[in-house]
Amino acid sequence: MAQIKKKKSELPVSDNKGLMFLRENLGILIALAILCVLLSFLPATSSSFLSSQNIFNVLRQISTNMLIACAMTMVIILGGIDLSVGSIIALSGVIAAGCVARYNLPIAAALLAGVLVGTAIGVFNGFVISTTTIPPFIVTLATMNIARGLAKVYTGGSPVRVMSKQWQFIGGGYVGFIPVPVIIMVIAVVATALLMNKTKMGRHIYAVGGNAQAAVFSGIRVSTVKFTVHVYAGLMAGIAGIILASRMYSGQPTAGEGAEMDAIAAVVVGGTSMAGGAGKIGGTIIGALIIGVLNNGLNLMNVNSFWQDVVKGAVILLAVFIDYIRNKNA
Amino acid sequence: MSKKILLEMHHVHKRFAGVHALNDVSFELREGEVHALLGENGAGKSTLIKVLGGIYQADEGEIHIDGNKVEIKGVEDAKKNGVAIIHQELVLVSHMTVAENIFLGREFGKGVLVNRRKMNEEAQKLLDEHQVHIRADVLVGKLTIAQQQMVEIVKAISQNSKILVMDEPTSSIADKEVEFLFETMRELTKRGVGIIYISHKMSELEQICDRVTVMRDGMYVGTEVVKNTTKDKLIAMMVGRALENYYTRDYHEPGEEVLRCEHISDGNMVKDVSFHLKKGEIIGFAGLVGAGRSETMKAIFGLTKDVSGEIMINGGKVKVTSPVEAMKHGLALVPEDRKQEGLYKVQSVRFNMTIEVLEQFIKGISVDDKKEIELTQKYIDMMSTKTPTQMQKIGNLSGGNQQKVIIGRWLATNPNVLILDEPTRGVDIGAKSEIYVIMNELVKKGVSIIMVSSELPEIINMSDRVYVMAEGRVTGCLNHDEVTQEAVMLLAAH
Repeated sequence: MAQIKKKKSELPVSDNKGLMFLRENLGILIALAILCVLLSFLPATSSSFLSSQNIFNVLRQISTNMLIACAMTMVIILGGIDLSVGSIIALSGVIAAGCVARYNLPIAAALLAGVLVGTAIGVFNGFVISTTTIPPFIVTLATMNIARGLAKVYTGGSPVRVMSKQWQFIGGGYVGFIPVPVIIMVIAVVATALLMNKTKMGRHIYAVGGNAQAAVFSGIRVSTVKFTVHVYAGLMAGIAGIILASRMYSGQPTAGEGAEMDAIAAVVVGGTSMAGGAGKIGGTIIGALIIGVLNNGLNLMNVNSFWQDVVKGAVILLAVFIDYIRNKNA
Repeated sequence: MSKKILLEMHHVHKRFAGVHALNDVSFELREGEVHALLGENGAGKSTLIKVLGGIYQADEGEIHIDGNKVEIKGVEDAKKNGVAIIHQELVLVSHMTVAENIFLGREFGKGVLVNRRKMNEEAQKLLDEHQVHIRADVLVGKLTIAQQQMVEIVKAISQNSKILVMDEPTSSIADKEVEFLFETMRELTKRGVGIIYISHKMSELEQICDRVTVMRDGMYVGTEVVKNTTKDKLIAMMVGRALENYYTRDYHEPGEEVLRCEHISDGNMVKDVSFHLKKGEIIGFAGLVGAGRSETMKAIFGLTKDVSGEIMINGGKVKVTSPVEAMKHGLALVPEDRKQEGLYKVQSVRFNMTIEVLEQFIKGISVDDKKEIELTQKYIDMMSTKTPTQMQKIGNLSGGNQQKVIIGRWLATNPNVLILDEPTRGVDIGAKSEIYVIMNELVKKGVSIIMVSSELPEIINMSDRVYVMAEGRVTGCLNHDEVTQEAVMLLAAH
């Protein structure tokens, strides 16, 4: 009889999650650190960069991108893409502002309406993507145009203004010394991280993105997973929309233009593969921070905004390139 | 066997960061010979072929072609010296025609204009010459995998290749097509082409190969003339020890009936299939490719819509319309196509092992890491899976170890009925034999197993009873003591 040696191997000690996080994100963490050190010592920025006011400023600026980047991470891990989030920002913003300016609804109800509109677009995306085989790229390209169009139709193309201190709380207010959008961002990041790392749904998202056919064999309800993720993306974009509308005292039909690309940039810089099946929220957080700090630094240095785009593009390419080299040598 | 020597590789060494992938390997190929290269996964076969094909350069050693020493520094050098490699994954362009593929990069015509008609004619002439019955103007994407392989062969020959390397060409094609492939190969050898044939399948050696060279752990073990050797001897050479009782099976009286399927049809490939399974029994499902065996398993596992017929588990009638329900009733299905239907390739061994039993350690938003690690380790040990750590990406493991993880994943669900669809496909011999041992242990513990397999020896040596299917129907059921290759084939060709 063929002998099988059953080695009673030692149980591995529980993995050190912190160490793994460091190892996985070493490249971009170093990039972020270099960026921060540079900005702290460069004569043009050293006086302002490390002030607490500026730090909160950066965090507030990245809050909306962080929200949709979190959702985008999930969508991309699922093997898809969501191009509609930028337009959802505009639509939910103008609807929320319209509810106050045009129908005199209470501010809380108006904000809720804005979030619900965003979620509804997510429900629509999710429904089509989970029940058909139309590629998510096409579906969300369509809803991107539809949502942007609806925002323009509703407003006639000009901003819907809301002048009230209460309205401004969500986007510009503070709790203690912390800006409200930063608090919302932290809650969203923690919620997304918990969802992805600590729940069955999170595992299922990785499984469906890694191999949808195998997921069917594993008894995973693939369409439920896809639906949930796209609804979540709509929800996050809706929240981002009301934050932005609040901060700008108005719902603007052009708000969030290109926001989907900034989110994708944060996700990709954070090391999530566009092929799906792998990636981490932690990486996306660092990715969004890099992009935010970079924007801030360029502003502090008074770099022309046209050049800022060029620098941003170069940094994205560089970050992904470093990742590519690391993977090749691994 | 006094034909001219086409290729000699002398004392080849190749080292990768600390691994001695080729250790003093020598190999020889004669004109008109099919020379098999045999060895388990990781034995160094592909490395040797890559050295010959110019993808790797040898650290030491010499290559002689037609008696002259040659330097193969790149793919171009290999081509120049008449070496062509037909890779396992085909590299034809599927939306181009056969002719365009054959002459890719050396199109006919003047300047940028391609003389399509002349190219088609030339290609057709080549195909006919080699008795490959394919039209030159059809799109490659419309061909079967076997036909595509033959196009690759013709392409190689048209480039004056004398040394053809075929890397597991039959791993993904049907039996009938294998015969066509072999005919093409025989025809080539008559013209003096030498073929190096890499395969896991022992049965093919006798059919097509003249000599066989065995490798193990990067080393040359020996070369045998196929006619004068035995399968057992070759296996012993491959694994480095004699595998007495390659199959492990202790027969015992099976218990109560645990599963009965009556008149299962899926409106397509499965027609009125009935069978039953007792506790502690292994039943085999034999038949030709396309007989509807895998489809039957998918139907009872809830993967197919609109299945008619009755499924009874432990005597009670049940309805199974999804894998989740099937799992609730104690069924488990290890799928046929590991890559497509089983692996989460970019994820870890641990992720792959526990994906179906998440509820055992995830409650709401709290994950019991320790329990997950223990669970994973339990099935790694049970399946004697070789992996450096639990966090290793499963894509980096060998086929055999991947399969063990997938089987472990399903064992973790504690099934009463385990369905194994081609459990040893693409698995090396050592791992195969270990999988049989595990199957034997499982049935001793009272698990019942349905094994779908295209490998008759495995069906014959492991099953209590064998159902044979042909064209979607069960054409017969044979008891352990009446199963022979002939009896099965007779029913399979029904």
